[in-house]
Amino acid sequence: MYSLVTQAIKTCLLLHLMYWLCPALGAATLEVCPDGCAYSSIQQAVDAAAAGDSLLIKPGIYREHLILIDKPLSILGQEGAVVDGQYQGEIFRIRANDVSLSGLEIRHVGTSYTEDQAGIRVEKSKNCQIFNNKLSDTFFGIYLAHASNCEIRNNQVIGKAEKEISSGNAIHLWYCKEITVKDNLAKHHRDGIYLEFVENSHILHNVSEDNLRYGLHFMFSDYDDYLHNTFRRNGAGVAVMFSRHIRMQHNRFEENWGPSAYGLLLKEIYDSEITSNVFRKNTVAIYAESATRIRIAQNDFLQNGWAMKMLGSSMDNTITQNNFISNSFDLATDSRRNHNQYEANYWSEYAGYDLDKDGTGDVPYRPVKLYAFIVGESPATIILLRCLLMDLLNYAEKVMPVLTPQTLLDERPRMKPYPRNQSFNP
Amino acid sequence: MTRILTYSCYDLLRSRWSYAYFLFYLITTLALLYFSSDLSKAIISLMNIVLILSPLIGTMLGAMYSYNSREFVELLLAQPIRRRDIFLGQYLGLAGSLSLSFALGMGIPFLIYGVQVSAEVWNFATLLFSGVMLTFIFSGLAFWIAMKQEDKTRGFGTAILLWLFLAIVYDGIFLLALILFEAWPLEKFALAASLFNPIDLSRILIMLKLDISALLGYTGAVFQQFAGSTRGMFICVLSLLAWAALPVAGFLYSCKRKDF
Repeated sequence: MYSLVTQAIKTCLLLHLMYWLCPALGAATLEVCPDGCAYSSIQQAVDAAAAGDSLLIKPGIYREHLILIDKPLSILGQEGAVVDGQYQGEIFRIRANDVSLSGLEIRHVGTSYTEDQAGIRVEKSKNCQIFNNKLSDTFFGIYLAHASNCEIRNNQVIGKAEKEISSGNAIHLWYCKEITVKDNLAKHHRDGIYLEFVENSHILHNVSEDNLRYGLHFMFSDYDDYLHNTFRRNGAGVAVMFSRHIRMQHNRFEENWGPSAYGLLLKEIYDSEITSNVFRKNTVAIYAESATRIRIAQNDFLQNGWAMKMLGSSMDNTITQNNFISNSFDLATDSRRNHNQYEANYWSEYAGYDLDKDGTGDVPYRPVKLYAFIVGESPATIILLRCLLMDLLNYAEKVMPVLTPQTLLDERPRMKPYPRNQSFNP
Repeated sequence: MTRILTYSCYDLLRSRWSYAYFLFYLITTLALLYFSSDLSKAIISLMNIVLILSPLIGTMLGAMYSYNSREFVELLLAQPIRRRDIFLGQYLGLAGSLSLSFALGMGIPFLIYGVQVSAEVWNFATLLFSGVMLTFIFSGLAFWIAMKQEDKTRGFGTAILLWLFLAIVYDGIFLLALILFEAWPLEKFALAASLFNPIDLSRILIMLKLDISALLGYTGAVFQQFAGSTRGMFICVLSLLAWAALPVAGFLYSCKRKDF
């Protein structure tokens, strides 16, 4: 009963919205159901509809693929409306502006090695709305190419990816502008959310987990932000490559484990901001290669293998006001010089004192241990983690730095961790 | 044997050493918990202490006890008791009382801080297990050395050297080998080499719990299998048990043929 009522309310709201959006009076609602209605297939109804009409898909299984939507329509699925592609190929292809697609269950997209077949593909269109859909067993889930001003909200995209080569991305954006991706769940694909040549877009409150490669993947995308997302157990949480002006805030990166697993992988990225995130139990929380002018502040690094691996090609970054707590290594670098600024962080390994009681340690902290350097040189020595000999060597190096960068130090390490309000809801 | 065991145990529990050892762990653990206020951090700090101190104290007291109770042993040998029972009883009495001091000294503060309801309970149990195993292994080794070496000074020297070797020198050689032969595939060697040192073994056992994120960073199929599943823990525990059995078998074997 409840769901019926909400469904009715949703429908009303949507219709209301439609009338408001399309002043062309006389927009009709076409009903589709497996039998007994005017239309028994979605494609038939789409072909018969006029621009601005609504389609109401009644419960039932529609075995269709390659449904081409070439005019502004609003398609609303009722609870139990399932579109089954039977692994034949793509299911929805949207090639018009102002299309909305919601409430549908879409499943069984065909896998192809030559084409990126998707559950819902949007091509060269504006103002699309894709929400409240459930996609399962998809190759690509939702695929936007040359789209702008779209909203992808509250969808569940769950694939069955086993190998990187034969799997696609849950939400894939290519050459897009002004897209909002919000409250989605992306699971078991190659990449959870993938952006290439995407500008001015917002990725908010999504959960991306158990993907083979990255939870979120940026390539050549500038001026985007992603906030309040959770990335869990992916090959790497987030990879940001060849991009500028990205804001990354309030995200959680958790349990991204493995030989080349990172919470956040930065490569050729400039002028960005990484603040107020939580990195927990990743093999490497942040891996930075040629990352420049990035502000890494107010993050929590908890129980990671390496809190940061900052390669020598990274310059002019500021690392400040972070909490580094119980990481096996705080920082590793491959360079003997330091071009980044580390200041006023809390390091749980810090063993200095604070005589003037101003909350800041009186002796600088060196985040790079000799052992981190040795492990960088010959990785098998990881087996000697935390042995007495290593502690002795680390101590000797701390007193007289020879191999680790001399100028890499936090001059004002905090004595107590920064308090964080944990009100944030993933 | 049980009577000798209980006798040694009571004898030792009444000695100053046991109290000192118990108090040391009690105070250290309380201090660490108080200052770090975080159970997992305290466990890491304690791990370093346990891995150095348990073997050292085990070795020292093991050697001391077996040399000091020499006359008592000779008295017992005159009685119709099996040699095996005498020595096994003494050994278990010593290792048991030391382990008890250790477990109580470390356990009480953790229980006060509520480890049994926290997520760290298994990490703590692993640490406790490692400490107890190391006590048994090293006091056994000291018994064996004392059995072999008549001269007290030499016996002590050998025991301390053995501890020093396993605690530091072994890792040094290990580290050098890993760096020198970097070009070779080393993962099997690295894993095997750590099985031959009980201190390394306990360290790895604890790390499999605490530093798993870092361990999994190493590329290597065998290593991944070892660290990524429960197999690694299983192998570590089994090897530790084997290590505990080895010195016992050793000193029982040599006590039979020794001419007192």
